[in-house]
Amino acid sequence: MTDWLPPEALVALALSLRVSLWATVLSLPFGVAVAWLLARRRFPGHGVLNGLVHLPLILPPVVTGYLLLIAFGRRGVIGQWLHEVLGLTLAFRWTGAVLAAAVMAFPLLVRAIRLSFEAVDPKLEEAAATLGASRLAVFATVTLPLILPGVLAGAVLAFAKAMGEFGATITFVANIPGETQTLPTAIYTFLQVPGGDATALRLVLLSVLVAMAALGLSEWLARRVARRVRGL
Amino acid sequence: MLRVSLRHRAPDLEVDFQAPGGITALFGPSGAGKTSVLRAVAGLLTPEQGRIEAGDLLFDHSARVNLPPSRRRIGYVFQEPRLFPHLSVAQNLRYGSRFAAPGTVPDAARLIELLGLGPLLARGIAGLSGGEAQRVAIGRAILSGARLLALDEPMAALDAPRRAEIMTYLEALRDETGLPMLLVSHALEEVIRLASTLVLMEGGRVRRAGPLADLLADPALVPAFGVREAGALLHVVVTGADPDGLTRVQAKAGPLFLPHPAAMGAALRLRVRAADVTLAVTRPEGLSALNILPATVTRLLPDAEGPGGTVLLDCAGAALMARVTGRSVAALGLAPGRPVWAVIKALSVAA
Repeated sequence: MTDWLPPEALVALALSLRVSLWATVLSLPFGVAVAWLLARRRFPGHGVLNGLVHLPLILPPVVTGYLLLIAFGRRGVIGQWLHEVLGLTLAFRWTGAVLAAAVMAFPLLVRAIRLSFEAVDPKLEEAAATLGASRLAVFATVTLPLILPGVLAGAVLAFAKAMGEFGATITFVANIPGETQTLPTAIYTFLQVPGGDATALRLVLLSVLVAMAALGLSEWLARRVARRVRGL
Repeated sequence: MLRVSLRHRAPDLEVDFQAPGGITALFGPSGAGKTSVLRAVAGLLTPEQGRIEAGDLLFDHSARVNLPPSRRRIGYVFQEPRLFPHLSVAQNLRYGSRFAAPGTVPDAARLIELLGLGPLLARGIAGLSGGEAQRVAIGRAILSGARLLALDEPMAALDAPRRAEIMTYLEALRDETGLPMLLVSHALEEVIRLASTLVLMEGGRVRRAGPLADLLADPALVPAFGVREAGALLHVVVTGADPDGLTRVQAKAGPLFLPHPAAMGAALRLRVRAADVTLAVTRPEGLSALNILPATVTRLLPDAEGPGGTVLLDCAGAALMARVTGRSVAALGLAPGRPVWAVIKALSVAA
């Protein structure tokens, strides 16, 4: 493998996997909560929240990255507080890459989970309540088991998106080998240096494979939701 | 004893009734508010005012009591079975018991036998027929430790044979478990077969509530049940079987014949539709009808519109009704106190 890929490329691949995993795991609870709010609740600000969640999908990634830098940079409103109170620095660190990837993947995550929430008939939840289940128990014993494949599908999709995130990451945390250089930013670097084309191409191939595998898995899981809610 | 008193604006409801136990039917045309009342009892609809009591206080607007559906112990059977698709039949049946207080859940094995669910237990719910699924839903509701079974037209989505099957199971449950039930229905046939108390609803109001036999025999309610359906219930005892297939039964006023077999000594409720009763002033002869009872006219009630009317009869203490035209009333000289013969053209067993 080391002959096929130079060490810097392997480091970038490992970092990408780590960043994407953390981004997926950390955003999952928020994704479920926001998807539930959007699918099952009507409240003032519903449209605003929906727009906000989808914003990273539409904004140029460089804008999202810059906004993250303003908010979470060392002098940013939130970044300064995080640094002083929790000792957590995000800008130009791999933790920042996690945040950038999570924000960029969030719309895909929420979309997939929201669709599975909408596939669950609220009448089933009503029936569970008459059988003695509290709201929390209804969610844990009826809603969640029914949407679980959809949650996983969303997570897989978010993971793939995180693996491919470039614009927001490079703007917010730059492209520091070993710290913030992920697969896409590594490809970009190899393309800039003479003789790096072959390595770049190999990394491109890896990216395509990861993306295809994730899409396939996500589709399969989404179909499982559809079968599950019909009792098959 | 279930006591319901509530007011609501959308949907418009103003309802007050009591259900003493056994099966109480909420009967009326669609849009009468029957399902809304049932949902209010189960806590799925919160009325603007009122009080609901079923052993414990479930809802009292002025005392700010409003138990959530999960704590009311009202087993709700919906029009559609609403089984959980990710669980097997056995898991669906067990679902509510984990939330129930100890001692409130009846014996599962006996109930499974009573509802004929044994062969279905290991199955998923996708392959169940409509009737099977509804039986599982009934079992699931009872096994949640319900104090009252709320049945929201549980047979409406089924074909006639399945409907008859579910009715047989509900009868068995009624007679064996003694679990009080509140049945929403717009099919009089179901109500007559199952219920002992009737709450007649119209436009979000209770028009009348009381024992089923009293309401059925009330001529003022003839339009509510439909001219074809109004009638009385006769209590009889089976006394013998004739070789030609007829069953002899004894009513207070005299012997009658049923056109199908029944168990010797059984007490039956016979349904006598007013439209199936013909009146004669002398004992008729040369008539194909077998069932002829002596009776006395107690009241004449002409319809508000049209040439028809209802004659109320006393038949050795049992109230019978006959539908006749005003012309016949005049021709026969029918008046309160007049002895007549009631010719019953058809009899059916109500329960």
